[in-house]
Amino acid sequence: MKKTYKIEVDCAVCAGKMEDQAKKTSGVKEATVSFMTQKMKVEFEEDADAAAVMEQVRAACKKVESDCEIFL
Amino acid sequence: MSKKQKIVLARILLAAVLMIVILLSPVKGNLRFALFMIPYLVVGYDILRKAFLGVVHGQVFDENFLMAVATVGAILLGEYPEGVSVMLFYQIGELFQSVAVDRSRKNIADLMDIVPEYANLETGKGGIEKVDPDEVEAGSVIVIKPGEKVPIDGIVLEGTSVLNTSALTGESMPRDIGPGETIISGCINMTALLRVKTTKEFEDSTVAKILELVENSAMKKARSENFITRFARYYTPAVCLAALCLALGGPLIRMAFLHQAPMWTDWITRALTFLVISCPCALVISIPLTFFGGIGGASARGILVKGSNYLEKLARAKYFVLDKTGTLTKGVFTVTKIQPVGMSEEELLEIAAYAEYFSNHPISQCIREAYGREIDASRLSDEREISGHGVEVQYQLKTIAAGNSKLMHKWRIAVPESSENGTVIHVAVDGKYAGYILISDTLKEGARGMLEELKRLGIKRSVILTGDARGPAMAVGRELKADDVKYDLLPENKVDQVERMMANKYPDEELVFVGDGINDAPVLMRADVGIAMGAMGSDAAIEAADVVLMDDDPVKIPLAIRIAQKTMKIVYQNITLALAVKLICLILGALGIAGMWMAIFADVGIMVICVINAMRALNTKKL
Repeated sequence: MKKTYKIEVDCAVCAGKMEDQAKKTSGVKEATVSFMTQKMKVEFEEDADAAAVMEQVRAACKKVESDCEIFL
Repeated sequence: MSKKQKIVLARILLAAVLMIVILLSPVKGNLRFALFMIPYLVVGYDILRKAFLGVVHGQVFDENFLMAVATVGAILLGEYPEGVSVMLFYQIGELFQSVAVDRSRKNIADLMDIVPEYANLETGKGGIEKVDPDEVEAGSVIVIKPGEKVPIDGIVLEGTSVLNTSALTGESMPRDIGPGETIISGCINMTALLRVKTTKEFEDSTVAKILELVENSAMKKARSENFITRFARYYTPAVCLAALCLALGGPLIRMAFLHQAPMWTDWITRALTFLVISCPCALVISIPLTFFGGIGGASARGILVKGSNYLEKLARAKYFVLDKTGTLTKGVFTVTKIQPVGMSEEELLEIAAYAEYFSNHPISQCIREAYGREIDASRLSDEREISGHGVEVQYQLKTIAAGNSKLMHKWRIAVPESSENGTVIHVAVDGKYAGYILISDTLKEGARGMLEELKRLGIKRSVILTGDARGPAMAVGRELKADDVKYDLLPENKVDQVERMMANKYPDEELVFVGDGINDAPVLMRADVGIAMGAMGSDAAIEAADVVLMDDDPVKIPLAIRIAQKTMKIVYQNITLALAVKLICLILGALGIAGMWMAIFADVGIMVICVINAMRALNTKKL
């Protein structure tokens, strides 16, 4: 299952960090963040609960870049 | 500017004014320090806060942390103006970058200004209601007034009008539309009111598909984009480590080996200069910005590119494989030559059209279309269609035979040898040869000279693949000056041919296949880059291809290559420029020639130049 989320992030390096964090979160198979379009595309593992996984992704991203936001 | 950006601007201006006032005032000592802290905190409090949070969360080499260390270090050394101005310029750079990125986002959004805001839905009682296009169900009836965008794909029920398709195709060639015809969302209705029955929901309509494609294109990252992100990951720690070595190593070497004073302050200042230069932002921002610009610029010309990686590959394309029918030719058969014997061209066409009147064969239809006038069926009798040969008919007391050479043999009529490219229809009147009509597929205007243009852009070899017979295939190959033509191919043979070519090329040379997207889908997917003639919203083409030409014009193929090459040129310029300037500054900084002022100027300045350079990719008008 793939889903795209709107995000807010101020710098390109930080977008890269968010991508790394999202990839590391369990339940995420693949993730890409586009700084230019301010979007995060996440492919979830099968039988993963997207909403719960995204909460964790958001928490992990907030940790590396306190100013970022993922609109769930 | 957004509200957030305006606040940053206000802080920058306030801090700058405060700093100048303090510099001009004659205060000394602790008071001077306290006064300088005001502009420093005004302009940099958020950086300090983020740096602190970063350390708490284990993000040591984050740019906020670097800026915080560099400026705090400068202040501790008593260099108050340096500390404040580094923070000030850093913020100016960030603000500029954020404004530039926003503007380029907006530019691209304007280019892709095809999103309909509303649809006029017909309600049961004959009224019309303005609704969100998302809420319109497939099968509803909507009304599109002149000047409005077509919100959803459908079929015209009533009204004839002219459509402007420029938002989709990049060309302002108007298109006529009338009842029973399919209408595609994203076009603008120009002249008259249309009633349309929707065939899809908004999310499945052409407009939604295209938008999704362009938005997702930024997700498929190019090699050079990934290279830069990876590079940034090592660059910053490496420069920080070098700074530490400089701060400790310099004085220690002086003390231990040269027996001189350590000059701690001097070496620490040099190390802090390193920290200022260690931000990789100029690089990291300018590369995706360039690709985004290139993709946006291409879509403005009716070329949809599905990802930065394809733009990168197009720039390296060396082999071109092209499908013939529907790609290079129009795929529509028309009368291209009339060769009468003993009568005029009009007479020959007229008797041929009468002869073919009863036949449903596509070739018969073409001849009737070429004739173009009403046919008076009462003048015809005794029609006979001989399968695989042609037709015979009585027309005004004469026996007319029209068909291939087999039919002529049956009548014992000698047929001139011809090497025409296409299907030849011979005509005989009362057993006497009257000439022939040639029916063939015609080349698209844009195909002429296209392969030569590609050669000029660095393509090594071009091959035409077709399921057609030898004659027409070779004729097209000769006319377009293709390097090779393969004919009589089934779709699976085309895949074989492409795979064979792909096995024989170097890995950094890319093979591009251009096809019509409907029956070429397997080949489109197999090639390094698949370019499909979009047929204005054919789902199959948009799915299978990596690049879609919205208006089916082969002229757009070399244009796509030029856009890709320009984009890559800017990418390499930016990478080289940013790295070179940083390297020079690092060397000058280590030698103690460049101070913090110069470092921050270089850092912000190079970013500004890279961003401006990146924006050039958006402009594809003159390519």
